Amino acid sequence: MTQLIKVWDISGGIHPPENKAQSLLEPLATLAIPPQLVLPLNQHIGAPAKVLVEVGQQVLGGQLLAEADGVFSAHVHAPTSGTVTAITDHVVPHPSGMTDTCIILDTDGEDRWLALDEAPNYQDIDKTALLERVRAAGITGLGGAGFPTAVKLNPRANQTIDTLIINGTECEPYITADDILMQNRAQEVIAGTQILSTLLGNPSRVVIGIEDNKPAAIATMRDAAAGTTIEVVSFPTKYPSGGEKQLIQILTGQEVPAGQIPASIGIVCQNVGTTAAVYRAVRFGEPLVKRITTVVGEALERQRNIEVLLGTPIEFILEQHGYSEKKASRLVMGGPMMGFSLPDTSVPLIKTTNCILAPSRKELPPPEPAQACIRCGMCAEACPADLLPQQLFWYAQSEDLEKLEAHNLFDCIECGACSFVCPSHIPLVQYYRAAKGEIRQHRSDKEKSDRSRRRFEFRQERIDKEEAEKEAKRLARKKAAELAKKKLAEQKAAAPATEQNAPAAQPATTAADDDKQRAKLERLLAAAQDSLKQAQKPQDDATEEQLEKQQARIKQAELKLAAARDKLAALAPASTVPPAASKPVADDPVSAAIERAKAKMAMAPEEKLRTTLESLYKRLTKAEQKAREAREQASDNAEALEQGVAKLKEKIASNQKELSELAPTSVAEPTPRNSATPEAEVNVANDAASQAIEKAKARAAAMGTMSVADKLRNQVESLEARLEKSQARLLKAQADNDANLDAFKTGVEKLEVKLAATREQLAEHNE
Amino acid sequence: MLETIAQHPIASALIALIGLALVFGALLGYAAVRFKVEGDPLVEQIDTLLPQTQCGQCGYPGCKPYAQAIANGDAINKCPPGGQTTINELAALLDVEAPTLDEEHGEESDIPTVAFIREDECIGCTKCIQACPMDAILGAAKQMHTVIADECTGCDLCVEPCPVDCIDMIPVASGIRQWSWELPAASHKQVANLIATDSGRGHTQRNTSDAS
Repeated sequence: MTQLIKVWDISGGIHPPENKAQSLLEPLATLAIPPQLVLPLNQHIGAPAKVLVEVGQQVLGGQLLAEADGVFSAHVHAPTSGTVTAITDHVVPHPSGMTDTCIILDTDGEDRWLALDEAPNYQDIDKTALLERVRAAGITGLGGAGFPTAVKLNPRANQTIDTLIINGTECEPYITADDILMQNRAQEVIAGTQILSTLLGNPSRVVIGIEDNKPAAIATMRDAAAGTTIEVVSFPTKYPSGGEKQLIQILTGQEVPAGQIPASIGIVCQNVGTTAAVYRAVRFGEPLVKRITTVVGEALERQRNIEVLLGTPIEFILEQHGYSEKKASRLVMGGPMMGFSLPDTSVPLIKTTNCILAPSRKELPPPEPAQACIRCGMCAEACPADLLPQQLFWYAQSEDLEKLEAHNLFDCIECGACSFVCPSHIPLVQYYRAAKGEIRQHRSDKEKSDRSRRRFEFRQERIDKEEAEKEAKRLARKKAAELAKKKLAEQKAAAPATEQNAPAAQPATTAADDDKQRAKLERLLAAAQDSLKQAQKPQDDATEEQLEKQQARIKQAELKLAAARDKLAALAPASTVPPAASKPVADDPVSAAIERAKAKMAMAPEEKLRTTLESLYKRLTKAEQKAREAREQASDNAEALEQGVAKLKEKIASNQKELSELAPTSVAEPTPRNSATPEAEVNVANDAASQAIEKAKARAAAMGTMSVADKLRNQVESLEARLEKSQARLLKAQADNDANLDAFKTGVEKLEVKLAATREQLAEHNE
Repeated sequence: MLETIAQHPIASALIALIGLALVFGALLGYAAVRFKVEGDPLVEQIDTLLPQTQCGQCGYPGCKPYAQAIANGDAINKCPPGGQTTINELAALLDVEAPTLDEEHGEESDIPTVAFIREDECIGCTKCIQACPMDAILGAAKQMHTVIADECTGCDLCVEPCPVDCIDMIPVASGIRQWSWELPAASHKQVANLIATDSGRGHTQRNTSDAS
């Protein structure tokens, strides 16, 4: 009846020498506990487990050493009791030959175990608890890839599993681990299959697929499965029918779509070893700490299947089987088709190690040198996935990743059938593995570059935004500044505008100009007057000569004073003309101002100040009146006008001060004269010189108020008078034979010179 | 109507053609406006092929400007971080011969690197933060800075501005999880004369044919 179950065929496939007999000659054995176990944290596909123990910690068999880190991960348990001596990097079984973190456990040989959580009535346990027990045992696929079993047994809600396939195919040459397991523990496998069936919601079809080269296993399994709904199906031997997708195709005729998992078509596939481990975990609470491994190869004295603790170093196993390094061509973990060479014998046995192959050179010679592809197409015939290996090889060589993907490189199961049949001995699978790695790398690079682009663009955006904000702020500030400037300018413009608008203010403007000039010149005048005053100060012990000098100084001061006045007179019209020219309308007031200024020039400083004051008062009253009017009208210019008033008041105050300063000096002037007179009377009463001094002083005082011509005329007169007197005195001195005769002579000469000069000046002035 | 057409065959043909031209012109004009593609799609395509390190080794201030430059006819071999792979992809996209990398802009390094700040030497000047095109450096003024290694593209731009030279470019850790198979050495080229009797055969044959 069972023979009538239809099986399908897969395309391609090969028939390599099976070499399965030699390891089946001896029964399944159990290997002794090695002195040290090396337990990698990553014995499965997915994230490495997280260490829970510390160095130096005593652990018991079955104790959790490292827990699963996330869903796609698996626990690691202590296979026996001992001490954790290190958690360090150690060479692990990996094609790269690289190191990875491992827990080093020194065994004590006592094999003390934790009390296990047995469940004799496991049939009553609900699905969630069952799954938890599987997860807690750290079970991963024992067939090869090492996918965490609990994940596989927990399909997505939208995937209904209608077929459960237990894979007992074991198509790879040399390996007999599953065969011996089925022969020895068929009941465990069947019980495990029932548990899996329960976990997956009792699929309508449960099949155990076994190649027809294992008649003993098929027979025992059929016996064990009797009375259950489990079908045990045998099918023709062909490599690689044990591949998950190939087995599904053989048993159901369905193909798993590219890039999808079997669960997407309602099928779950588990290895027989995994199934047995699930049973032990559920029934006895036993974690996955040991497995059955085939130890085979002509370089070994003993070839058999052993049940061995995970983490047992390969060198320990090899020692037990009489390994001869000389004979061995290499050391392979896994089968001859899909296994990889081990770089080091210190690597441990892990959950996925189904075979340790130590072939002799004759048995498995080193690969022959590859030759050029001759496009024979044998690889395409052998390919179980219906790919075009020669094309893939071509594109892999030229690293044309796009074409590789277009030719479905990722459907390649890396079975090695193409390499096996290749007459040119091209290591095709290695090309595909490398290309796959490169494509994965490229994808992750792409992902990273996309993320980088987004980050860069975001940064750019942020910087632009910041710039824009700064620019906006700057513009706002600029605008505010401009506004403030404009306001200021308006205020400034408003002040003169009101003055211009009101005709009465115009003289004030011109007057202000005048004021400036006048103030300057007045300062000059004041300075001249000061120096004159200084010169006029009488000196007690003044000799004739000194007096002469004094006179000269006074003269100089007088000249300076005159020059200052001239300048003042000359500048006054000049300063008033430009505003007059620019404002023809204001012609009359301006000319009037000029007149006034001219008049002022002619005036004495005191008088001048007084007139200035008067005019200022007048302007003040006018300005005040205007300000009042403006205020009454609530004009904008009121403030400006008031400011003007304040300024005028200030000016008046300064003028008054000046006037008061000037007044005492003009009053005080006679005082020194008066005080000097008695002195002169006492000292040189009979000397004509004192008289001359007096006269000179009086004249000098008066001269301040005289015009230039008058002044000069007066000078000439006084000089003539002095000269006469001096000459008279000289004559007298000559007659008396005075000691001062020489001095008198020079005095007369000097006076003569001065008189001539003054006359000349006068003549010039008259011209 | 038919009579008029028959009487003026040339005129009616002209009218018909002009009419068609106007109709289709209007249609095309509308389509051009309605289905206008924003930006230059070629630049976008080129930009996606570039490695986005924003390193500026090509002489442009980022990958996008270089993409723009390539679209405008610049050489496609100025990107050392992308290397030959990027050049090949660009060549395929632009349908040109793939040149080799222009060494003037730097050499393609096999080992990707990331910036690493020796943190106890960092003075917190923020200069590297401003230089980083990826925002991959964290820190604040007078605070120690550090690099987010996952976001670092290894563009080197932060090394130069550092006033205390505390930034190193270290190779990205390549552990067992980053490992992948390597392409086998192309050994069949070395064993071209595997069969002893084959050596020189082609040569002899050519000689014979020359003689004949």
